[in-house]
Amino acid sequence: MAYNKRVDGRKLDQLRPMEAKAGIIPNADGSAFFKIGKTIAYAAVYGPRELYPKFLQDPKKGIIRCHYSMMPFSGSGERIRPGGNRRSQEISMVMDAALAPVIDLSAFPNAVVDVFVDLPQTDAGTRCAAISAAAIALADAGIPMKDLISSVAVGQVDGTVVADLCYDEEAYDAIVSDIPVAMTHNTQEITLLQMDGEISKADLIKALELAQKATGEIYQLQVKALKEKYSGAKNDYQ
Amino acid sequence: MIINKETIAELARQGKRLDGRALTDYRQPIKIETAISWTAEGSAKVQIGATIVMAGVKLAIEKPYNDTSDEGGIMVNAELLPLSSPEYEPGPPGRKAIEVARVTDRGIREAKALDLKKLCRIPGEKAWFVTIDIITINDAGNLFDAASLAAMAALKSAKFPIVDETTGAIDYKHKTNQSLPLLKEPLGVTVYKVNGSFFVDPSTEEEQACEARLTVTSDEKGTISALQKGGDTPLAIADIDKMLDLALEKAKFLRKELTKALKQ
Repeated sequence: MAYNKRVDGRKLDQLRPMEAKAGIIPNADGSAFFKIGKTIAYAAVYGPRELYPKFLQDPKKGIIRCHYSMMPFSGSGERIRPGGNRRSQEISMVMDAALAPVIDLSAFPNAVVDVFVDLPQTDAGTRCAAISAAAIALADAGIPMKDLISSVAVGQVDGTVVADLCYDEEAYDAIVSDIPVAMTHNTQEITLLQMDGEISKADLIKALELAQKATGEIYQLQVKALKEKYSGAKNDYQ
Repeated sequence: MIINKETIAELARQGKRLDGRALTDYRQPIKIETAISWTAEGSAKVQIGATIVMAGVKLAIEKPYNDTSDEGGIMVNAELLPLSSPEYEPGPPGRKAIEVARVTDRGIREAKALDLKKLCRIPGEKAWFVTIDIITINDAGNLFDAASLAAMAALKSAKFPIVDETTGAIDYKHKTNQSLPLLKEPLGVTVYKVNGSFFVDPSTEEEQACEARLTVTSDEKGTISALQKGGDTPLAIADIDKMLDLALEKAKFLRKELTKALKQ
């Protein structure tokens, strides 16, 4: 039986309801709030600032360093022990790689731009929400960027290619694949690509084409959030 | 910062503050929002001026401690996120985070705000353990009071999850409508001393300029359940007398804000 009715009633290419805001953490150089469905990410950017320990410094350019973390009460099961784990380390690393291609830190040798993303509640798609939030926060911080990065998961549930899987779809009792994707807007290139599950090559290409459309929607929202802040709309710290 | 420190001290002597507030005023806005995290059994976001903290309550069923075999338990943890201030770095909680957590913990625990006996399901075998995580989103001063307020708001809004009575498994995705057995509502107020004056709700700069601080946690009857003196200047009994009066008065103010928020 084909999966043609999604568990939450969405159309196959429909994203969950989204919300984005820029400039919500006054202490940070740039910050953002990004919500997709029941997944929420807060992002803060600090820097460029001097990088310690010194041996990590690059004398030719500044580096970006992402720190992804789920709050202890943000998982749908038991409390998560704070302090990071293998999963959060890996996600932080792929976030660096997803964002770095559009960031130009050549004017800031030996410096670091720290990006902290913390999630108070989650329901799948956390690394994508984290990247989308981080991109808004980086732009808000005035970091030189060639392009914006927008990220969403696509995948296949029981033979049907869908956009933005929720937790119940990731856990659906059939063959499922979950593919987090991040894309540049202007050049339409992929900067994050991971997958778990099973998928055919044909469906994978179809899913990536769907990701192109879906990240386009996220891009519009990111730009709107930034415009809202810089068009003088009241900043109420979210 | 030194200029500000001296300015803050001089203004305090005259009963004034950098931002024009009275010494006994909290910053505005004060916002208390509950149920900010669907994955937590109870949660709250508190904003006092530019300071923003979250608190989340998670429940688990565990074996009671041997010496209190008919009681559940409570634990408060605080994470001063590097997201919330350029001063904080990733890593295990430092002294400041531990102090915020422990002072908040004591205020709730020692007031016996939670009826721990009612958290027991099977004596000696199974009881509810309550963990409150305090998370800073923007540290702009006065974390103690914000943490205490957020912790109480999260506890008050918490609902037990459904438990499968045959397997004993907790269904965290579905909550009952049963609240936690709360008996009291302790809230912390921290009074700061600088240059002979006392004030509440400092900004980060005022915090750095202060000589001494006293956190006083009190319940709706004015009973004190926790104290913490900080800062490297000693306090006379007469100072403490004044600080207690101010703290007890301001606890009433914060309690009104909490009641108002929980009604919405």
